[in-house]
Amino acid sequence: MELTADLRARVDDLFLDYAYCIDDDNPEIWPDFFTDDGLYEVTTRESDQRGLPMAIMRCKGMGQIRDRITALRKANIFEDHHYSHIISRPRLTANGGASIHARTSLVVYRTMHDGKQERFVVASYDDEIVEQDGALKFKKRRVVLDSRRVDVLLVYPI
Amino acid sequence: MPDTISPDGSTASAPPSARVPFQLTEPLDWPAEGPTRVPFRVYHDPEILRLEHERIFRGPVWNYLCMEIEIPNKGDFKTTFVGEIPVIVTHNRDGEVHAMVNRCAHKGALVCLTERGNKQRLSCVYHSWTYDLTGQLRGVAFQDGLRGKGGMPEDFDLKQHRLEPLRVAVYNGIVFGTFSDETPDIETFLGKTVCDTLKRNFSRPHKIIGYHSQIIHNNWKLYAENVRDSYHATLLHTFYTTFKINRLDMDGGMILAEPIPWHSLSYAKRATIKEDEGYKDVRSAQFDETALAGPELLESFHEFDDNITHMIQSNFPNLTFQFTLNSLAVRHFVPKGTDKTELHWYYIGYDDDTPEQEEMRINQGNLTGAAGYVSLEDGCINEFVQRGSHFSENAEEFLEMGGKTVESSEASRATEVSIRGFWTGYRDIMGFGA
Repeated sequence: MELTADLRARVDDLFLDYAYCIDDDNPEIWPDFFTDDGLYEVTTRESDQRGLPMAIMRCKGMGQIRDRITALRKANIFEDHHYSHIISRPRLTANGGASIHARTSLVVYRTMHDGKQERFVVASYDDEIVEQDGALKFKKRRVVLDSRRVDVLLVYPI
Repeated sequence: MPDTISPDGSTASAPPSARVPFQLTEPLDWPAEGPTRVPFRVYHDPEILRLEHERIFRGPVWNYLCMEIEIPNKGDFKTTFVGEIPVIVTHNRDGEVHAMVNRCAHKGALVCLTERGNKQRLSCVYHSWTYDLTGQLRGVAFQDGLRGKGGMPEDFDLKQHRLEPLRVAVYNGIVFGTFSDETPDIETFLGKTVCDTLKRNFSRPHKIIGYHSQIIHNNWKLYAENVRDSYHATLLHTFYTTFKINRLDMDGGMILAEPIPWHSLSYAKRATIKEDEGYKDVRSAQFDETALAGPELLESFHEFDDNITHMIQSNFPNLTFQFTLNSLAVRHFVPKGTDKTELHWYYIGYDDDTPEQEEMRINQGNLTGAAGYVSLEDGCINEFVQRGSHFSENAEEFLEMGGKTVESSEASRATEVSIRGFWTGYRDIMGFGA
């Protein structure tokens, strides 16, 4: 894939559509942002530096990606809340092959049902993006949290 | 604080052990019903947290410090907390493990400023007081002054100063520490069931494969109750029940430590499920097993001949080990004030795991931790108790599920017996008993 102005604009749209699907409580379409063999992980900077293979949340393949959403809708119990994603412009890198790499900084604010509002996450996305049937999809989306501490719980994807 | 008066009438500071112990401004009278009741005051009163540091964390218990594999080489150190007291654990050049308070003997500053590393000496950045890895003071900047002036007084003796030590016991790769001379040996403190479980799970060479922590907004004892509460596990964590990972209609039991029932082991054998009508009314039936689109999440392999597939072992005061399917983890929950706790999750694999086995452990890691399918609710449920019990200090918990006794329950895990065991030990060590 070549880093044309058109591709950059499409990546911007992909990132915003992804963030708003979560922020607008529409996680049912979240799986559509991934390829069938896609990998989604939430890990920490410390785990990356220490080479620890286990993530905090990990979905490997479309089945596990869908199960996260089914579980948060049907099985898991938590106080009502929503996110607001604030994301930087991605830094794109072509690798000469069929995918591009993107690194992006992000902050997620969390607002609870009772109005309590706080910064939930400071992180970066480490992405591998491919084109499939005319659409851009994540073959890999890793969320690397700056802090190893998660406040209360993590149930909605970031 | 009264000082001792010597025969010549001069006063001298009393040694720490002779100081008058801290007393609550208002004494706590435990309800007459005993460990079936818990006054909510114990979760909210800062004086009780202070007393817990004196009687529990500095008292006759073995506190979890770290895994031995975190400090494999000579010179390695790891910092941790005993209660809220900052502690350094070192692997000394003699091969021994030492532990000491992370508080300079000079002005009280933190000596180690990182969570892990490797050093020949520990040096405080404030005034360069330098200690060896046993915590003994070895050097002081400008001890003899500069240009012949200043410096420490002539009677200054390096040997009289050190980082406050803890006694250390390493048991099956787990490093424990205690401040008290009265703590019994480690096997006596842990009891046979805990010792056998630690041997089962940690005597093989093992490694850390994952780590993160979770800030939960509740008193540390609410998490100590939560991990002992087999009654809630299959009701709140509906994922457990739905996928038949852990249900109370499997063969299983609850074993309390002897003679003090403050540690406990809850276990279940997944192959033995006999579906009971009692689960008909349980909310979790919404999401049946065939609905899991990625069933490989729960792929597991047979590891132990005892056929136990679910194990939660909790040690007094603030340590839990889990073995769910093949997911082995250490949970260390550290108080941060009366209403906040940092829960550390260390995930463990064995050195001889095949890549496929490690992949299964990594996949099953989705079950627990801050985002765990069967644990994320615990991130908020204890906070609900903390918030619900604010300024209800004269009200109390009611803990009579499974009866009022405090003894092992090998027939049923629909019981709060292990929680009653925790409070039995807690009341005694805190001096709140009848």
